[in-house]
Amino acid sequence: MELYARRRLVNIIVMTLSMAATAFGLVFLFLVLWTLLINGIGAISPALFAQNTPPPGSAGGLLNAIVGSLMMTAIATVIGTPTGILAGTFLAEYARGSWFGEVVRFVNDILLSAPSIIIGLFVYAVMVVRMGHFSAWAGAVALAIIVIPVVVRTTEDMLRLVPGALREAAVALGAPKWKMIVMVAYRAAMQGMLTGVLLAVARISGETAPLLFTALNNQFWSTDLNAPMANLPVVIFQFAMSPYADWQTLAWGGALLITAAILLLNISARMLAAWSSFRP
Amino acid sequence: MISPRAQLHPQQTRPLGSSDGGETPAPPPPSDPRITALRPLADGHRDIATSPVPPTKVDIRNINFFYGKSQALKNISLPLYDRRVTAFIGPSGCGKSTLLRILNRIYELYPGQSATGEVLLDGEDVLAPGLDLNRLRAKIGMVFQKPTPFPMTIRDNIAFGIRLYERLPQSELDERIESALRRAALWDEVKDKLRQSGLSLSGGQQQRLCIARAIAIEPEVLLLDEPASALDPISTQRIEELIAELKSDYCIAIVTHNMQQAARSSDYTAFLYLGELIEFDETERIFTHPKVRRTEDYITGRFG
Repeated sequence: MELYARRRLVNIIVMTLSMAATAFGLVFLFLVLWTLLINGIGAISPALFAQNTPPPGSAGGLLNAIVGSLMMTAIATVIGTPTGILAGTFLAEYARGSWFGEVVRFVNDILLSAPSIIIGLFVYAVMVVRMGHFSAWAGAVALAIIVIPVVVRTTEDMLRLVPGALREAAVALGAPKWKMIVMVAYRAAMQGMLTGVLLAVARISGETAPLLFTALNNQFWSTDLNAPMANLPVVIFQFAMSPYADWQTLAWGGALLITAAILLLNISARMLAAWSSFRP
Repeated sequence: MISPRAQLHPQQTRPLGSSDGGETPAPPPPSDPRITALRPLADGHRDIATSPVPPTKVDIRNINFFYGKSQALKNISLPLYDRRVTAFIGPSGCGKSTLLRILNRIYELYPGQSATGEVLLDGEDVLAPGLDLNRLRAKIGMVFQKPTPFPMTIRDNIAFGIRLYERLPQSELDERIESALRRAALWDEVKDKLRQSGLSLSGGQQQRLCIARAIAIEPEVLLLDEPASALDPISTQRIEELIAELKSDYCIAIVTHNMQQAARSSDYTAFLYLGELIEFDETERIFTHPKVRRTEDYITGRFG
């Protein structure tokens, strides 16, 4: 009796502590979202999507920054996804147990956790300095370098979850290895790999540091990839630090916009993952 | 390319459990003089013990196998006869699956595994370096213990293998898919849902799908690695019926833990123990008059 009473007590204590910890974490998430919503909702208007970033004291929106962010994110994804998927495939399918594979995996893990400001500085040194000016290309490359290790990791993890029996079955039919990978392993790991790409996109759509040194910013409408380009994170950074109230409002609006976009990407990634596991 | 042998010789159906070990072989192609010569002898002989030895399809000679440095198979030699079922039995870890995995060289997927000796498929050494593995695996199909449908539609599961070797017009491809599913006794159950995922089928259906996939590319040898061990008794029975039917077209090797299954569905049985071939004989003899004491002990359940 004594034993069971004690177990029940321990159970209650542990459960209470875990629930408290969960609540603690969630409270901050909701506080962040709430603050963003309260301060940013006022800035959400048609003008936000129709006008460019204004000088202080006049009306404007974030059009050039939105377009710039979309363009650089898209280019970074286009560069980073195939590179990451191919490298992840190499690690999972061709380099299993090899010394070289271990090294590549280790380096990739370092890159995965590298502070993004260092990646920005690296691209500044190898691209911006050599080209002599800031550019959207440099920004996209910096973002791509952030995408690659994320996609490498998720691709490898997802391919490793594909049962060996499935691979053997394809090879036993006489399929060459590349065909087995492309037609069977990729298909089995597809949803997980897509989820990884979406998470990588979500990650870079809020990155500020790598863009500060590369794409810089642009007060004006520009789609020239060889010139500095406006983008949401840097605009938020600059406007939020300014003493002008209307700039600060725009910064809140931009922050809300990015958060909503990331939330949407994360939810779609979740739904994709859930859909794949429920597929008959 | 692959000969459409199967279509030349419609399968013979045989009731399950007909325990006459001496099934006469399917009408052999008249072009093969060896078999034609045997024909008059084979007719009328119901007892396999007195029927002539069928032609050897796969000749396993002095096979040794190593996982790294540890030896898993020791000097194994035995024939697999054409249009006969050969069962490999023995306790877990005796090397029977390993032996099967040598025949189509699937073990080569994993580094550190190596085989020495010879495996002659119609006289050609399967283990020779430089042999085209994809061609080899087109001739030797394999079905695994756990059903392994690919994550695609039922139709594409079958088409996958066919497309590896042949570019067929749509209608012909559909015919081949239907014939493969029919021969695997699955057609009636899936004909209305060919566009559904192969994963939506039951375990037993999935396994028959895998068999259909293997025979769709018209191999000459079928390797079955405990094909029914993950299935319920009814599905198991269907698989055994299927083996009895497929025997008329293929040389079949089956690994099984189930003594009754080996006794029911095979013509020849090889008993392996600790990497050695203890006894190989006609199934009837192995199960009634084994020559070696250890075989008898295993079959009667005294160890293993």
